[in-house]
Amino acid sequence: MTAVLQTDHLSLQFGGVNALSDLSIEVDEGALHAIIGPNGAGKTSFFNCLTGYYKPTGGAVRFQGNEVTGLDAAKVAALGIRRTFQNIRVFPKMSVLENVLAGGHLRATSNLLSITVASRGFRRRERLLHEEAMASLEFVGLADQWNNLAGDLPYGMRKRMELARVLIANPVVVLLDEPAAGVSSVEREELSRVIRRIHDQGTCVVMIEHDVDLVMEIATDVTVLDNGRIIASGLPQDVRTNPDVIRAYMGRKRK
Amino acid sequence: MATETAVRSGRTRVDGFRVTRAGLVIALVVAAALVPQMTQNQYYLGVAFQAEMLMCLALGLNIVVGYAGMLDLGFAAFFAIGAYTTGILSTKEHWSILASIGPGVLIAVICALIIGFPTLRLRSDYLAVVTLGFGEIIQTIAINLNQTGGPTGIYAIPALTIGSVVVASNTGYYYVFLVLVIIFALFSTRLRGSRLGRAWLCIREDEDAAKAMGINTNHYKLYAYMFGAVLGSITGSLYAPALTAISPASFGFSESLLIVMAVAIGGLGSIWGVMFGAAVVEIFPEVFRSFAQARLLVFGVLLVILMVVRPRGLFPERAFQGLGTRIRARLGHAVPSPRSGTGGPLVSLPTEEP
Ligand SMILES: Nc1ncnc2c1ncn2[C@@H]1O[C@H](COP(=O)(O)OP(=O)(O)OP(=O)(O)O)[C@@H](O)[C@H]1O
Ligand SMILES: [Mg+2]
Repeated sequence: MTAVLQTDHLSLQFGGVNALSDLSIEVDEGALHAIIGPNGAGKTSFFNCLTGYYKPTGGAVRFQGNEVTGLDAAKVAALGIRRTFQNIRVFPKMSVLENVLAGGHLRATSNLLSITVASRGFRRRERLLHEEAMASLEFVGLADQWNNLAGDLPYGMRKRMELARVLIANPVVVLLDEPAAGVSSVEREELSRVIRRIHDQGTCVVMIEHDVDLVMEIATDVTVLDNGRIIASGLPQDVRTNPDVIRAYMGRKRK
Repeated sequence: MATETAVRSGRTRVDGFRVTRAGLVIALVVAAALVPQMTQNQYYLGVAFQAEMLMCLALGLNIVVGYAGMLDLGFAAFFAIGAYTTGILSTKEHWSILASIGPGVLIAVICALIIGFPTLRLRSDYLAVVTLGFGEIIQTIAINLNQTGGPTGIYAIPALTIGSVVVASNTGYYYVFLVLVIIFALFSTRLRGSRLGRAWLCIREDEDAAKAMGINTNHYKLYAYMFGAVLGSITGSLYAPALTAISPASFGFSESLLIVMAVAIGGLGSIWGVMFGAAVVEIFPEVFRSFAQARLLVFGVLLVILMVVRPRGLFPERAFQGLGTRIRARLGHAVPSPRSGTGGPLVSLPTEEP
């Protein structure tokens, strides 16, 4: 299998503190790759390095064979690497539909003239985008919320809206930062079903998740981080029984 | 299929809203067009004209402050650039007013690029300071340059001619600016409904998250600033012949502040709100002229109260949301309620592939 997303000896320092050290990870095509590890292990920092939010202090990030290390966040998104945020980031004063349309920003290609005169082509492209946005909302089960302000949605729905916003871009890889954290068990079921469906469509998924049961249920690969280092990686069932992992992570009570 | 129903029901609702909104717009435009017929009082006409002009400026600034969320405290600079370019070209070079709009816009865009390029990538508070400085610089240049007529400014600016029509009365300029307000409002609406408007709002709401949408935030901030500059400059170019004389005093910080107030009072990002805000800012102090000096104090106090009670302005963007639906519902039409899902049971996902 070929690696879609790959890091080579990636490291990140915050003034003397090593947030990430020597991280080499390969995310295979068609994988649902879970990243787990205790709080402060560096999981979010790793995502931030992949998506251009942090500049790694060493090593390289490769996407589909091309080096993308240190690219601007918008450029990374344009390549087809899309992410969600651990502390959900919706655009609160925009409607749910507009939030999703924003995710399809790069697919709205009308020029200023056709926008100004509301040309036939502009209206057709916008209508298509609206329909796709509605389809994305339908996919995550939020179609009936389209006209509400995103800021008015309850927590679990915002998480799903963030997923719809990622999906409309037809991403190659989606990076999900704790998609099921803090939601009810019913919502968790819905979210895991949505994630699985994204994966089933052939989209590569990388997911940070504390919920070990969820990871064991849906992940194809697991990488375990602790203190910015990889302590184990492999198939879910192998990782689960790895003594280092049990010591560093599973044995420890979280939060 | 459920998707189709959702989209279709959405469209029905939007259509209902559009119908009522179109009616409202037509009624308002007709009412505005009748103002000169209702009064021959030149003072009233003057105030109405000033209100229109402020609406144009506020619509321009709304793109920068209301949409993109960047605080610009020197917007009058672009207004001045348009007014002075037209003033100079029409008096010294005998250009027609309409022809002079182009060079004014060009200079405004170049200035916006020069000021915006290095500063827009900074966070908003820096921008406020830089734009404030830019406003002061433009005014200082106008005061000190010979070509701009120094402190007395430029006078005897020729009338606006459109084809064979010479616009020479207050009533004439009232209508010219009415058309300009309509054009700017329409243009703003179009921008708002496109990727540009959405990108600007994303930047306003959460710049980092906007980048994750693939939005090149630096570019889009610059676009917003440039669009604002264009609208400001065009307003200035038409303002010069309307007043026939311009002087640096009309383009200072207090003018910039009035425009910011118009945008903030009405409701950031809301086209109706911004126009209403401009009318309030222009008309209120005139109505309360009898209070003499105290009127500005009263105005200031009301402003503070407003910002505490309604921090997003009188008519924030979705103030009229659901108006069409409500009216249709009253008329007995069945209207899908977009809020029906909130708080209800969780939607179960279809299990088949889409
Ligand atoms: N911008 C930053 N500046 C300084 N230190 C940072 C910054 N971002 C992260 N860190 C540090 O890097 C380490 C890893 O943090 P990170 O957020 O990546 O952990 P995490 O694995 O995502 O944890 P959690 O499970 O709590 O989300 C922490 O020690 C954190 O304090
Ligand atoms: Mg984290």
